[in-house]
Amino acid sequence: MPLQTPPLRGLHDERGAKFTEFGGWDMPVEFDSIREEHVAVREAAGIFDVSHMGEIHVTGPDATTLLQRLTSNDVTQLEVGDSQYATITDEEGIIVDDTIVYRLPDEDGEETYLFVPNAGNDEAMHERWVDHRNEWDLEATVDNRTDEYAMFAVQGPEAANLVGDAVEESILDLRRFEARYVTIDGVECWAARTGYTGEDGFEFIVPWGEAETVWSTFDCQPCGLGARDTLRIEAGYLLAGQDFDYESDPRNPYEAGLGFTVKLDTEFVGRDALEQAREEGVEEKLVGFRLIDRGVPRHGYDITNTDGLVVGSVTSGTMSPTLEASIGMGYVPVEYAEPGTTLQVVVRGQSKKARVETTPFVDTV
Amino acid sequence: MSFETPDDRRYLESHEWALETDGVVRVGISDFAQDELGDVVFVELPDEGDDVTQEAAFGVVESIKAVSDLYAPVSGEVVAINDDLFDAPERVNDDPFGDGWMLEIDPDDESELEDLLTADEYEDQIA
Repeated sequence: MPLQTPPLRGLHDERGAKFTEFGGWDMPVEFDSIREEHVAVREAAGIFDVSHMGEIHVTGPDATTLLQRLTSNDVTQLEVGDSQYATITDEEGIIVDDTIVYRLPDEDGEETYLFVPNAGNDEAMHERWVDHRNEWDLEATVDNRTDEYAMFAVQGPEAANLVGDAVEESILDLRRFEARYVTIDGVECWAARTGYTGEDGFEFIVPWGEAETVWSTFDCQPCGLGARDTLRIEAGYLLAGQDFDYESDPRNPYEAGLGFTVKLDTEFVGRDALEQAREEGVEEKLVGFRLIDRGVPRHGYDITNTDGLVVGSVTSGTMSPTLEASIGMGYVPVEYAEPGTTLQVVVRGQSKKARVETTPFVDTV
Repeated sequence: MSFETPDDRRYLESHEWALETDGVVRVGISDFAQDELGDVVFVELPDEGDDVTQEAAFGVVESIKAVSDLYAPVSGEVVAINDDLFDAPERVNDDPFGDGWMLEIDPDDESELEDLLTADEYEDQIA
């Protein structure tokens, strides 16, 4: 199957970006150097093309009910212009995907939402919503608009200044997880104070055909998925398909440290299983760790206890440009999950000492 | 993008270079390879006195995004390693043909160098 391309593929190529396949998309992984891009976001600002993220639009008399039943969080808490992080779970309470749900201004007098599934999951999530709508006989229109919107993230301590200058209306009053429509160089965009780097910043959902106008408005370091990954690991954020994987590493939100997204007083697919999981407690938990010995932990490496017994595996790992230390995450039995616990990571056959740490690894907003 | 490919040395298809001086072969990775890898954060090298075998892995170079084996251009004994790289692996990016060298081998058979690519042949490979 040919890869999907973001609208600015050509522009990024001219800028000298390197590309990688991610979720079925051909995305820029690195523009200059992952370290340079990473540092720019921690110390100034960077812009990411994240047009591979999905956009599913839901409206109609039963839109709220449909969202409520398919996401773990409580969408009835959302006023127009609010957003929330949620997981999407199956009947067993296993995470199928994670997402941000935005409540858009009402359309035709009906509550309207946009949610952002992970790259490559948009079709599956669209199908899931449509199937459940039909099964439950709800009245809601569900549109997969992934191909209609580009998405950019402007992140870093200078992001607010940059965005304040670029946006025609005032926007700096937006609090974390608030959003509204704004105009950038004549283009209407949905702007949210959200991001995946641990820094202050904004994400913009932009009409596909206007992508270049909006992208070019921001004069800051372009960043690829490489820096996005090192930044999000430092911030302790999970990557779908890696820190949880519905097929190969099924996890519930409590194991993944996402219990805060689970509102058991709402009715949703997986709720009963999750209530039971909470009552019984989980056997394994996602922990952050720092390598004490030299080496770089990578996805799939074994984690052992100090006796050398394999107790888990690394889900994400990197050399942290901010900390200049090797950090990572992985699931381990709860008895090894306390910060300060000594573990080992097996790097190419050699055991390297590691210590469990609290996440985020760096200060975040 | 064009890459430096000095013609005073030989190359492996796997992107290592080999420079023979007074019977000792110094080894590193090419400008193309360091660019492909991106920011080098870790280098794992053998110890002095270890033996290496032509075309067998002798170590590992890791960038933020990738892990890559290093292959020996000739068989022989490791007579020096660049342990500056343990604290400053970025030298591989900054100066791959100079300060970013990795190890020196006393070759069992210098004629093995002739099995390697010339600079022109290597340039054709990465073009």
